Amino acid sequence: MNDKKWIITGLVIFVMIVIFPFLPNFGKAVPVPEPELTPEAKAAGTCVLPKAEMKAGHMKILDLWRDSVVRKGKRTYVNDSGKEFNMSLSSGEKSCIGCHSNKAEFCDRCHDYASVRPYCWDCHNEPKEKKL
Amino acid sequence: MKNSRRNFLKIAGISALGFGVEPVFDAFAVSEGQEEIRRNKNALTGKRWGMVVDTRKIHSSHDLEPMIEACHSIHNVPKIPNENHEIKWIWEEEFEHVFPNKGNEYLDERNKQLPFIVLCNHCENPPCVRVCPTKATFKREDGIVMMDFHRCIGCRFCMAGCPYGSRSFNFRDPRDFLSNDETDPLFPTRMKGVVEKCNFCAERLAVGKMPACVEASHGILAFGDLNDSDSNVRKLLKSNYTIRRKQSLGTGPSVYYIV
Repeated sequence: MNDKKWIITGLVIFVMIVIFPFLPNFGKAVPVPEPELTPEAKAAGTCVLPKAEMKAGHMKILDLWRDSVVRKGKRTYVNDSGKEFNMSLSSGEKSCIGCHSNKAEFCDRCHDYASVRPYCWDCHNEPKEKKL
Repeated sequence: MKNSRRNFLKIAGISALGFGVEPVFDAFAVSEGQEEIRRNKNALTGKRWGMVVDTRKIHSSHDLEPMIEACHSIHNVPKIPNENHEIKWIWEEEFEHVFPNKGNEYLDERNKQLPFIVLCNHCENPPCVRVCPTKATFKREDGIVMMDFHRCIGCRFCMAGCPYGSRSFNFRDPRDFLSNDETDPLFPTRMKGVVEKCNFCAERLAVGKMPACVEASHGILAFGDLNDSDSNVRKLLKSNYTIRRKQSLGTGPSVYYIV
């Protein structure tokens, strides 16, 4: 029973293979990306709902809005402070993309980080990217 | 403090009172905000949208092209060369295909060679809605038979159900056939594996505009509320003889043809 060296070598190789994908990023946490606001969005100050609610619940809002628009034909949202919004992801001035016209910095950055792949843009037209 | 039965009951009582008044406070809190989801102020509303096609005003395909072009360009309907993959919302068709059960052996010369315009009939009793397993196709309160593209799983039951062939299936990714500058940013494209059809321009009615084909039709098409006896379409129906497509099937088409 003198296979100790083989066993140990084998184990070391095995462990190396298992951990090698993690090595390049070892000990370095990728910083959480912050969505970037367009000047229009900054000027508006607040979105449809307060920032915290938008951050946590924008997907639920989009889902509710989609049903309201497609099924009930109700396309205007009035928020608590009486401001009106066009309940649309990608059509026109007062839609989501009308204000947040920087999809790459505003949407994709966080979605990529969180590995979320919404299929919005399979059909909805991407905004013409503006350079910030 | 030692917990006694007396203290426990006191706390329980106060808590019960607290829960009791909470809904009252909630009610006040809600009435303060003015959050609301509603129709656009200038939206056109109806009980049952319908269309009248005045075929007396059609002379050749040349009269129909602008309508087809208007519709297909704003709805990002691709032009796919392969006929089997074709997508159409509104298109031209000959009499014997539009009205197969009205095809007399000896049809008058005019109707025999006249191109007719056909689109989704937005039936009163739509078979496509009945067969859709996901409720992606549904009937709105205003009579429009709409599709929720988000929900379509591409099973194509609706295409089998529709007796008018009004529906098209995206065998190919439509974006391959739409160039960037052709695409209207205001309307989404569809994706591969989804069925689509005319939506009576629901998105235009919502902002107070008439359907695109009607605007481009030079009076060939009239659009209005079939439920309103004073509407333009009802007036046309009152004063002209009209026919509908495959009426005997009982689907109740909302598109009438003056022949």
